[in-house]
Amino acid sequence: MAADPQDPQTDAVLALHRFGFGPRADAKLAADPRGALLAELERPRAGSIDDPSLLTSAEAAQALRDFRQVRKAARLLGPDQPAEQKPARNPAPGPDMQQAPGVQSPDMQPDMKSPADAKSAAAPNPGANLVPRVLLEEAKVRFDAAATADIGFVERLVWFWSNHFCVSASKGGGVAVLCGAYEREAIRPQVLGHFADMLFAVETHPAMLLYLDNARSIGPNSLAGRARGKGLNENLAREILELHTLGVRTIYSQADVTHFADVITGWTIVPPRAELPRAGEFSFDARRHEPGPQKVIDKVYPDTGVDQGRAVLAMLARHPATAKHVATKLARHFVADDPPLTLVDKLAKCFLETQGNLKEVAKTLVTAPESWAPSPRKLKRPSDWMISILRATGSTPLDIRPVLQAQNLLGEPLWRPPAPNGFADKDEAWIDGMAQRLDIATQAARRLGDKVDPKTVLDTALGPLASAETRQTINRAESRPQALALLFMAPEFQRR
Amino acid sequence: MHPASRRELLLASATLFAWAFAPKLARAEGRDPRLLTIVLRGALDGLAAVAPVGDPDWVALRGDKALTLNGATPGLPLNAFFALNPAMPNLHRLYRSGAATIVHAVATPYRERSHFDGQDVLESGVLRPGASETGWLNRALTTLAPDIRVGSARRDAFAVGPVTPLVARGPAPVLSWTPPRLPPANDDTMMRLLELYRHTDPALARALEQRMGLAAIAGVGGAKSDRRPQGGSAAQVRAYFAESAGMAAKFLAQPDGPRVGALAFDGWDTHQDEGALNGRLAALLGALDGALAAIETNAGPAWRDTAVVVLTEFGRTARINGTEGTDHGTATVALLAGGALKGGRVIADWPGLKPQQLQDGRDLKPTTDLRAVVKGLLHEHLRVDERALAATVFPDSGAVKPMSGLLA
Repeated sequence: MAADPQDPQTDAVLALHRFGFGPRADAKLAADPRGALLAELERPRAGSIDDPSLLTSAEAAQALRDFRQVRKAARLLGPDQPAEQKPARNPAPGPDMQQAPGVQSPDMQPDMKSPADAKSAAAPNPGANLVPRVLLEEAKVRFDAAATADIGFVERLVWFWSNHFCVSASKGGGVAVLCGAYEREAIRPQVLGHFADMLFAVETHPAMLLYLDNARSIGPNSLAGRARGKGLNENLAREILELHTLGVRTIYSQADVTHFADVITGWTIVPPRAELPRAGEFSFDARRHEPGPQKVIDKVYPDTGVDQGRAVLAMLARHPATAKHVATKLARHFVADDPPLTLVDKLAKCFLETQGNLKEVAKTLVTAPESWAPSPRKLKRPSDWMISILRATGSTPLDIRPVLQAQNLLGEPLWRPPAPNGFADKDEAWIDGMAQRLDIATQAARRLGDKVDPKTVLDTALGPLASAETRQTINRAESRPQALALLFMAPEFQRR
Repeated sequence: MHPASRRELLLASATLFAWAFAPKLARAEGRDPRLLTIVLRGALDGLAAVAPVGDPDWVALRGDKALTLNGATPGLPLNAFFALNPAMPNLHRLYRSGAATIVHAVATPYRERSHFDGQDVLESGVLRPGASETGWLNRALTTLAPDIRVGSARRDAFAVGPVTPLVARGPAPVLSWTPPRLPPANDDTMMRLLELYRHTDPALARALEQRMGLAAIAGVGGAKSDRRPQGGSAAQVRAYFAESAGMAAKFLAQPDGPRVGALAFDGWDTHQDEGALNGRLAALLGALDGALAAIETNAGPAWRDTAVVVLTEFGRTARINGTEGTDHGTATVALLAGGALKGGRVIADWPGLKPQQLQDGRDLKPTTDLRAVVKGLLHEHLRVDERALAATVFPDSGAVKPMSGLLA
């Protein structure tokens, strides 16, 4: 992988892999890779998805409630009713269509039916399969944004922050239907804004309040707490401190966690009933809010209702520990598992000096010389590895379910991280999946067949990054599909 | 790029493509011919499949890797000069019953040694690699007067699959079918990848090796060493070949089914540890033999109207290389099987194996043009017009006369 760091073409290909989703078959390389990355940050509405057909989180929550009501009514009608009048529960496309495991959960498919029922349920039914349908639509929009981006740097940042502030569709309780809306509403609008604004948007979003149980957390001494004898759930408060801001084993204590949990009691959701104003949206319920001042990390916050929590979040957002935590994660995600400390310091310094201006932090990342080490070091995650395959070969799948299914097989199911710390960002988490990647690469290559020329794809996708060994291996392959599979598996294509 | 079908990335590996018409002329003769073309991608070692045991220079070329009539794994005698690889007992049985023919020292007009270009020439039927977007099989069909549209009962099944092999691509309508089972992960691809990783990325090499080691411990597919990758075991390859070919035969046998089909099997590029007698190539030949048996079984009464032709892009070096395998060569074999054949023959104008008789001093020299074999089959079996064969099907091939007398 000897590459001349001075060569702008090398830098251009490297930039696409390291900061984007890889070269595209139908796009030219930028003459000035750094300039192209910076220009992507300056595009109007960069990172946003404007698709009026997608549901807001409040609309999605209401739709889910309506769907469940209809289903309940159908159950009460009994088994004699014709199948058409019942909501269908299986995917409509047909019996041979395999649904991606990623769009399956107890939450979404309340009771799997037999194949025979699946056929009868294939009749059009507007209320059918609400959650898988919403998830698939959201996944498709997200997929298209990555597949069609010129470079995809902003989209990669969206993915990074979405994983940093992850929620999970496997949580149940209506989170699945909100995952896409959450990313569009809480992450994307702030991806080049200020960290503090993203933090507040995230921690007050219904998806997060449900995922980390704060919607039900009740101050023990609040009106509701005294009446019901129910109490605190400190899950969200802990993860905010440990994962979202300061970082684990930094400067907070158990007392800080508990007090902070008290601070954000009452942060909940308006029930998604259409007759209610702001149904399905965030609400501050003073009846559940723990009264009184709270001390969090050496400072006492007077009880100012929702603003008490807002003030704690603002403090956390500008804390040096948060700057270091975020800087380390960004550098690790884009540059190396163990990133150069000088790079982490630059990012942290920028974060602090600009009050968490994420566009400035992104600029610092792409202008730092440490970010341009010529040899690719990190394994791509399965999801962006697959997108880079599709971009390099000019494939534009209309149905992304097989892509989602492959993503599941490779251990990165969309919006279903194993835990609140999201998907891992180090090679050791993904390197064991090489044999599965080879299966996926082989299948992708077989589908592409001999319609694309491996040498053209090699030049597009790797160009000067390709080692002599890789070129030779591809040239000597016994067939075009084998050459393509080997190309997708080449170290330079797997790593960034 | 073709818009993705719904099976897209994961499930698509369509290998059967079948023409939807019955040829009119042949039906007028009271026949209802079926033709199945099987392309072996990667270059079959023809000398290992059908060995010239009567050639005095043979054993010197291959040493203990040479297939002979005596030894631990003796070949199956075909005639006084040739023996079949013992991994192919079904083909041997068909040969002895007159339902299989072997053409040896055969090659396309391509004389370089690139797989991709060689496959292009083999499947397109034109001389220059990459010069044609259509294949000879498809073009042959366009020259036939269609009789009845045999697929009309199932119009919905008509679709051009996203990975139609070049040989079947073109203007004539084809339907595609995707076997329910995916072809198993390919040992050869895994070994090539591992070789690349060993030279460029030790961490990835270790990860892959560990997976392969685990698979060996699990005893997948009778591994001969701890380098055996997961999947792609001989049994899986065998099952995949038999299932694909058997299903193709079922389609071809249906009264209202298609009459012409094409399949492709990968994995024949045996540079290392070829294993012609008891290793990898023996397993592949055994799988191919099983596929032929499955075709015979599933064709049922249609077997007597069936011809199967097995082709590969080129052959391999006459000598064993430094890694117990063979490198890209020139002439090889074509295998023909089916009840429609006048078989029991090895057709070969044997070039000899002395150093000066070898192509470029290294390969079996081609003495028969593969196009002559295919043209003969297309003409006698499907009644493709001879002028069309020389102009449309194999352009500029007027000098290559169709081989005659292949059919019973």
